[in-house]
Amino acid sequence: MSAALKPKHQRLVLVLAATAALIAAALLAAWSLRNQASYFYLPTELVAKPPAAERAVRLGGMVEAGSLKTAPDGVTIGFVVGDGKARVPVTFRGITPDLFKEGSGVVAEGHRQADGTFLADNLLAKHDEKYVPREMQQMTTQEARQKVEATK
Amino acid sequence: MHGYANPARFLRLARLLTAPLLIAGAAVTAIVLLWGLTGAPAEQLQGETVRILFIHVPAAWLGMGGWSMIALASLSELVWRHPLAGIAARAAAVPGAVFALICLVTGSIWGRPAWGAWWVWDGRLTSMLILFFLYCGYIALADAEARSGQGGGRIAAIFGLVGAVNIPIIHYSVIWWQSLHQPPSLGMSMLSGNAPMAAPFLLGLLAATFGFSLLFGGVVLARMRTILANQQAEARLRRRAMELADA
Repeated sequence: MSAALKPKHQRLVLVLAATAALIAAALLAAWSLRNQASYFYLPTELVAKPPAAERAVRLGGMVEAGSLKTAPDGVTIGFVVGDGKARVPVTFRGITPDLFKEGSGVVAEGHRQADGTFLADNLLAKHDEKYVPREMQQMTTQEARQKVEATK
Repeated sequence: MHGYANPARFLRLARLLTAPLLIAGAAVTAIVLLWGLTGAPAEQLQGETVRILFIHVPAAWLGMGGWSMIALASLSELVWRHPLAGIAARAAAVPGAVFALICLVTGSIWGRPAWGAWWVWDGRLTSMLILFFLYCGYIALADAEARSGQGGGRIAAIFGLVGAVNIPIIHYSVIWWQSLHQPPSLGMSMLSGNAPMAAPFLLGLLAATFGFSLLFGGVVLARMRTILANQQAEARLRRRAMELADA
């Protein structure tokens, strides 16, 4: 009888084994979904493994500071999306979301063109995990200004 | 825990706690949400829309917490056959589903001004929607099982345990996969003194979560009492019917 487990312990071992198998299966699934489940391509991925030119894809990254330019027609904009390693020029015609600005995250929906640039049909703003009160930001800019004044 | 296997002892405690939890929860939630609407600062980029944080994030956490409770109760039901475990799991399912739904709805309302889209199929939003569907499935399954009187709640318990794999997927969806939803603001980075979330937002968020949790606890206890009362009433009816048949 020494080898026999109490039913309670038998159930515990069974449930733990089943749970371990389940977690392993879920991890394997998540691992294989690693690329497919991503919502967008990073510029590096788009440059390294370019999708077919007319295929609709999403490109996500940071809007490079100083790269945002408005075309003479007033509604077409051009900017560069970068991830620190690669840069992709993007063209978009339309209304941008409120949070879209230079130095901030963006997800562009559209397709890659033959010349390597990206033509976007839609822009989504991606904000980061930082939450800063407006007053505090003004305070820090004032402080920054004071510092700039002091060093002059 | 087995001290409370006796439903009478559990009911005495539950009767004592239900009303205070609900009242305190409603008071804390009302105060924090009112402060969030009028007293909290505007965010530097998002402006006034950041105020929805105080309802969206606690609802998301409790939506996930509700399923964690279902999973733990299911484990206790399957392994130790605790007599209240299945009842606790069923009681947590409806408030958990409501919180998951609140999270989805407020997130959608927030997404329109912040991202420029009501809905996107990224990892975080999709896995949260799956959690809501899992809740719906669990509620239907557990109710059907309880009504049929067969299975003893074991099928629902297995479903509750299996569905728990979605909880870490929701959490890591913004870390494993590129997503439009931003990565978590709370975590180890707070210990380094370089917290991504400024103090007023963080404290308001924690206070709102406390209030939501009290409400959740009160609703779970109230629902457990209801389920136990229904079981007692049914047992009494069955006994009466048997007595009448004998007579």
